[in-house]
Amino acid sequence: MTAAVFFGCTFIAFGPAISLFLFTIAREPLRVIFLIAGAFFWLVSLLLASLVWFISVQISNKESTSQQKGLLIFGVVLSVLLQETFRFAYYKLLKKANEGLLALSQEETMPISIQQLAYVSGLGFGFMSGAFSVVNILADSVGPGTVGIHGDSQHYFLSSAFMTMAIILLHMFWGVIFFDGCEKQRWFVVAAVVVSHLVVSCLTFQNPQYVSSLVPTYIIMLSMGIWAFYTAGGSLRNLKLCLTCKDKDFLLANHRPR
Amino acid sequence: MHYPLKITTFLLLCQKEQQQANTGPEPGQQPQEPPATRARSRGGSGAGAPDGGGGDGGGGNGTGPEQNGQPPTARPARVVDAEEEEDEEMTLKYGAKHVIMLFVPVTLCMVVVVATIKSVSFYTRNDGQRLIYTPFPEETDTVAQRAVNSILNATIMITVIIVMTLVLVLLYKYRCYKVIQGWLFLSSLLLLFFFSFIYLKEVFKTYNVAMDCITLAIVVWNFGVVGMICIHWKGPLRLQQAYLIMISALMALVFIKYLPEWTAWLILAVISVYDLLAVLCPKGPLRILVETAQERNEPIFPALIYSSTMVWLVNMADTDRPKRNSAEAGSVQQPTQESAVESPAPSSPSQDDGGFTSSWVSQQQHRLGPLQSTEETRREIQQMPSARPPVEDDDEERGVKLGLGDFIFYSMLVGKASATASGDWNTTLACFVAILIGLCLTLLLLAIFRKALPALPISIFFGLVFYFATDNLVRPFMDQLALHQFYI
Repeated sequence: MTAAVFFGCTFIAFGPAISLFLFTIAREPLRVIFLIAGAFFWLVSLLLASLVWFISVQISNKESTSQQKGLLIFGVVLSVLLQETFRFAYYKLLKKANEGLLALSQEETMPISIQQLAYVSGLGFGFMSGAFSVVNILADSVGPGTVGIHGDSQHYFLSSAFMTMAIILLHMFWGVIFFDGCEKQRWFVVAAVVVSHLVVSCLTFQNPQYVSSLVPTYIIMLSMGIWAFYTAGGSLRNLKLCLTCKDKDFLLANHRPR
Repeated sequence: MHYPLKITTFLLLCQKEQQQANTGPEPGQQPQEPPATRARSRGGSGAGAPDGGGGDGGGGNGTGPEQNGQPPTARPARVVDAEEEEDEEMTLKYGAKHVIMLFVPVTLCMVVVVATIKSVSFYTRNDGQRLIYTPFPEETDTVAQRAVNSILNATIMITVIIVMTLVLVLLYKYRCYKVIQGWLFLSSLLLLFFFSFIYLKEVFKTYNVAMDCITLAIVVWNFGVVGMICIHWKGPLRLQQAYLIMISALMALVFIKYLPEWTAWLILAVISVYDLLAVLCPKGPLRILVETAQERNEPIFPALIYSSTMVWLVNMADTDRPKRNSAEAGSVQQPTQESAVESPAPSSPSQDDGGFTSSWVSQQQHRLGPLQSTEETRREIQQMPSARPPVEDDDEERGVKLGLGDFIFYSMLVGKASATASGDWNTTLACFVAILIGLCLTLLLLAIFRKALPALPISIFFGLVFYFATDNLVRPFMDQLALHQFYI
């Protein structure tokens, strides 16, 4: 508990996301705006899902815990489906905005490409999703207390932090893959994203058996990461060039005066 | 006579101005005035006396880049089109840049307010004190009584605000500038000394820091005096921005402490409606204020507006002010120059010969031969790279402005959300994102409509919707999920 756990869990959960933000998004105002807009869209989807869940809880039997748990599961599934729907809606909005801008400026290139938008919107979704999942837990971890004193798992904070990190990165990968699937009209790709999101959420139903929920989640995250890498145009050759600092385009881009 | 330029109107309009200046008939002529385009609202002033008018007049000209020596007309049409296309794309980029230039201070103000609310309990403690503008208590026996009390409180508050705004507009219209300045001076004095002293006192109490009176007096005195100088006179831009953010945060904290809960929400809602009406209706007081400022070509109340760039006073070299007695003269000099070739020294009516005495000039003409500078030669020379750094692209220096009242009410909403919501951080985050998106939409509308727009309605509407929705609908859902550790 207290400061050590707080800082540790915060950095585990948000470390990769914040470093991605600082290094790739923070300097470009347009990307920041689209990131916040993505976060807003996620928020609206959560709002709608909570509304439906709330209404269903009000009309249900509040005493029976199994019914409540069933309703919660229903809420989770609904929320996942709504999130993906809003991701699609955001994609449509961005396409329209880009087309409008292109028509207005009569130029060949747009100020921000659809791939960048996919990345940024995925990260926006991830930030908001991660924040809503874990911020209250982090706030509680600052104060004194003993974790799991009533027989619950002692690894609550740590597992929450790791799960949050996985979810944030997953949202980013899903964003890239999803937008690419929509661009190329490959609907099985879109379906794969939705299905994998459902799988990840349903895996968490097994908590607190963290091994059976975290390990498959990380496997899915790695595979989605590789898929997104190839979708975004990466390859082994690119990776090698980048890691050995021989990528001329990248080097030239970084030395360009601002 | 050139008007000091650099009104910071919204960027899109300045792009259009630039084109007009480029294609206008003469470089030295003032281009037409743009209408004021600014997301504006009232600025706050002393305790419970909000309302300086926030809008900024659109007077003055944004002149284009250096015009010296350039042919006044004769840009072919396709160059203008290419420029327009480039301008549109640059518009998007720079429009986005200006949105971020407002996001950062708004975020900072909210962060300061939320950090204070979460750590210093003074601002969430109910001491039983109320502002004189909200006399009805909210600790009543029945819900209905509480509702009635809060409606009455909100009505009184909004009436006070309307009256203050009208008084301000009347004072401005009848040119009682001294009264307005005195009022602003007094209210910023109050904020910078008294409220910051209370803030420091409470922070020290929270962290149990012992502080002697002498150190405290020195600190508060310095803080206050430097603040007054920065806000009302001149100072480094960042320092001025920092002070404006701090006084907005202090004002928001005062509102959060002294306004009871339902009253606060009602006031927020009513004030956004009022803002909408006051700025957009033809007879709205704030619209009158902005238009009067435009007519008179003045900026209003720099003490109540957060601006992202400095206001520059630049005298551009212009060609219709002839330079006497120098070899390269303005266009006016040309006929006299030719006649000067024959005579050894041109006689000049003015005493100011810039150091070039007549004997020097005649000597030079003797050695170098007759010098005749024409339009073409001057242009050639000026197009050569010069040691002087080029004037920066004007777009980057045109900033965007937001009234301090907007800062105050945004921070008040987020602060109240973090103080009273039982959903804690989720609600605060949701309100924060909602307000930023509202601000983004407002700036988008500003780019489309290009006239003074109220900055409160969209953001406050989104903020209120998200506050109530998140607190009542999302919070139970997320609590249940966190309990079972389900992730969506």
